[in-house]
Amino acid sequence: MSPSSSPRRPGLPVALVLIPATLIAASAWLLPSIAAYTSALVSYNTIVVLLGTTLLGANAGLIGTFTVLRGRALLGDVLAHASLPGLPLAVLILGRRSFGAMLGGAFIAGLAGVFLLTLVRRWTRTKDDAAMGIIRSVLFGLGVVLISFVQTRDVDGGKAGFDSYILGKTAGMLAEHVRLIAIVSLASLSTIVLLYKEFQLTSFDSGFARVQGWPALVLDNLQMGLVAVTTVVALPAVGAVLVTALLILPGVTMRFWTERLRTLLLGSAVLGAAIGAIGSSASATFSLLPAGPVIVLVGVAFFVFSLLLAPRRGLIARQIAQQKFRRDRRRRRLLATLYELDEADGGENDWHGVDRIASRHAWSPTELFQVVTEVELEDLIRRRDIDGAGQLCRLTTAGTEHAATIVRGFRLRDALLDQYPDQAVLVAAWEPRDFDENLPPEQLASLEARLRADGRLPAVPPRAMPPADGLEENRR
Amino acid sequence: MNPAELLGPDLSLAFWPIVIGAIVNSACAMLGCYLVLRRMSLLGDAISHAVLPGIVVAFFFAGRNAFGWLFVGAMVMGLLTTFLVEALRQWGNVPEDSAMGVVFTALFSIGVILLSNWARDVHLDVSCVMYGDMDVATSIMTRGFGFEYPRVFPRMAAALVAVVVFLFLFRKELKVAAFDPALSTSMGFSAGLLHYLLMGMTAVVSVSAFEAIGSVLAVAMLIVPPATAQLLTDRLRTMLILSALVGSLASLLGYMLARHFAVNSAGMMATVAGLIYAAAVLFAPRYGWLARTQRSLALSLRIAGEDVLARLYRNEEASRRQASGSAKTGDAPAAAESIPVMTSPWIHRLARSRLLHGGEVRPAADGGLALTDRGRQTAESLVRSHRLWEAYLVQNFQLPLDHLHEPAERIEHFIGPELQQQLAESLPKTVVDPHGRKIPGSIPTDDRETEPAP
Repeated sequence: MSPSSSPRRPGLPVALVLIPATLIAASAWLLPSIAAYTSALVSYNTIVVLLGTTLLGANAGLIGTFTVLRGRALLGDVLAHASLPGLPLAVLILGRRSFGAMLGGAFIAGLAGVFLLTLVRRWTRTKDDAAMGIIRSVLFGLGVVLISFVQTRDVDGGKAGFDSYILGKTAGMLAEHVRLIAIVSLASLSTIVLLYKEFQLTSFDSGFARVQGWPALVLDNLQMGLVAVTTVVALPAVGAVLVTALLILPGVTMRFWTERLRTLLLGSAVLGAAIGAIGSSASATFSLLPAGPVIVLVGVAFFVFSLLLAPRRGLIARQIAQQKFRRDRRRRRLLATLYELDEADGGENDWHGVDRIASRHAWSPTELFQVVTEVELEDLIRRRDIDGAGQLCRLTTAGTEHAATIVRGFRLRDALLDQYPDQAVLVAAWEPRDFDENLPPEQLASLEARLRADGRLPAVPPRAMPPADGLEENRR
Repeated sequence: MNPAELLGPDLSLAFWPIVIGAIVNSACAMLGCYLVLRRMSLLGDAISHAVLPGIVVAFFFAGRNAFGWLFVGAMVMGLLTTFLVEALRQWGNVPEDSAMGVVFTALFSIGVILLSNWARDVHLDVSCVMYGDMDVATSIMTRGFGFEYPRVFPRMAAALVAVVVFLFLFRKELKVAAFDPALSTSMGFSAGLLHYLLMGMTAVVSVSAFEAIGSVLAVAMLIVPPATAQLLTDRLRTMLILSALVGSLASLLGYMLARHFAVNSAGMMATVAGLIYAAAVLFAPRYGWLARTQRSLALSLRIAGEDVLARLYRNEEASRRQASGSAKTGDAPAAAESIPVMTSPWIHRLARSRLLHGGEVRPAADGGLALTDRGRQTAESLVRSHRLWEAYLVQNFQLPLDHLHEPAERIEHFIGPELQQQLAESLPKTVVDPHGRKIPGSIPTDDRETEPAP
């Protein structure tokens, strides 16, 4: 961290988060009156559903990011499957359907499932993956049994009531549900803001957090509780089978765009909101489709887009970077080879057969053509055809200078690695000229002296040295 | 002829569901053994969700009875899922669990949407695919070879046969790959190829299962019976057989219970399988909770008892030395309350009463305990082990004196006669331990008083 950066003011991020949060909460409570003003344009129901799913997505994105970072993406899935028995159990115990009680039951059942999972992991020889599979399939099965049991005896509900908990339904979302989502979102938002530092540390190095004496277990359980609450409020809208996608997708998608936790969380919340809003609008358009799959596919579209097109971590960007790296390497090798051939002939710029160079590096004809053309366009070499027997090329003056720098870098690297073979990783990424900046002057001088003694130090044009304090900065 | 009629009117209705259930579940269970052993259960789980689009497309284009196409569709989806998860992990830098979560939810969603669009054409609905319906699946009968059987029977039997043939043909390769993938690859059976084959087969069985138990609940049958069998045995062959049995038992009991309570039978089968697993967790002969608790209880009892004996022996020794006037200062007999702190009081009490009943100690005049002759023999051997070990540590590891007691106190309970003999042989001239106390049972080899080790 640079010394000039000012100490962080904690008030700012809190305010940044709490202002939108208050707005959200206010709008959830003022729904009826908002609807009264806007009813001419959009229906009350549309606003309720849109607000609900947007908040739901934002919250799931926020909480889900942590589960993705901690490698617990499938825990949300276990939770969602395990929460299923809670719904019919609540109905059986109360004797009637109550939205709040059913979600409460689902919450307790989900946590019970996670607790059972911990027991199985700790006390049996069943491995983690099988333990997760067992808990989630058996409790889901139990849920299916209980649901079918309630359905044959239930007094005031048809089959439809439970189906939506499995594949999701947003069309009939109630204002009551939206309020619940708002409460949960507020709670998780404020928890994350308050415990940002703690969550940040446990996400990346929970062992260190424990060693530092932080209550890692409490933090873990708190995070788990947030995941459970988020999963449960999302159940009616997305369904038990697919809730996990709502948790995972924003986090993994944003991960392609940023490497900062703050940006990641903010971006995931925004992306989650977008997925929720677009998904619920889409499922309203195709009213025959269950909402869950539509929302998931909207998220998947964002994911695939980022996977391919994200600027640095995306597939295409990485392909391009790799291609560029390979081309660069070939270009350097071509120049260095020509230089060394000249060197062997006594230092005169001479014509050399292109095929001979290619065979040294096992380049394909296309690769050879590419690199020779590129370097020729840069005016570093000249090329000449000989009748029916391939091509010759020769370094220009500028090319010789350039090649000398490259060869000098190669040889300095080899000489350095000769002494310090364990520094290979560090040196691998250095450019030919980096040795002048990164090595202490006396070491550079001794390496150069060794090369000069063997007659292997290429003469390179002198280079303006960076100012002394800049050098200091670099070495530190 | 319908074989179900042989059973009489009561059971004839239950015959086919039970047979079908046993077939489907044992196919799933046997294949699942390799998933569980290779720690791929979650991928199996993901595949059984992700086959949905394969099922729908195969039904839409090839019709309900063309189960060859159904298997092809399943195979394609299974391989696609495996490939996508691997690709996301390798090329997209997505963590594996997130990759699975994304892939299976995406494919499942596509399946549900296709299904909702084509529901009328393929005569399927979501709940059938998710939980299946045993009674519906077995109610539509066809005839063939002089028998009357449910229409789904050939498909499920084919899946079982395919699984058995696959497991038989690749038994060696699968075994190696299950326990040591790198070894398998280096021996020339590509673990990667086997992985894909296994995942393809997983897709096939979960597809074959879907009308009867639903592809989602097929997961339970893929994972729970093998995990149960794994608690019961260490042998692969036994594990395969046991898991098939557990699967069949779960389907039998599950179906009967589901009929009795009029609830969903696939869910009941999963629940029963879970209960069987729970029973195995508690009562399995070697790895069960009960057996392990009993073993560790027996061990702590033995150690606590031996500690009491050794303590009494040392007290006797110290008071003898005091009587003969050779006691060093600070060598007063340690009181019996210096029980090692790790033993809980009730274990200690239990150990005492065991010693009393076993005749190794008797109540002493002062209200404490005293060794009987038999007890003294055991105690002597223990103290001998303890002091030999201390001497051995000093001779070979040059540990300081105050570092000797604790390791010796731990290991004395595990030094049998054989090891004791070996220790004594490696210390031929030692008759006292590094603290200068006599090692019981060691006879000086010559007349010279042996110097205590420094």
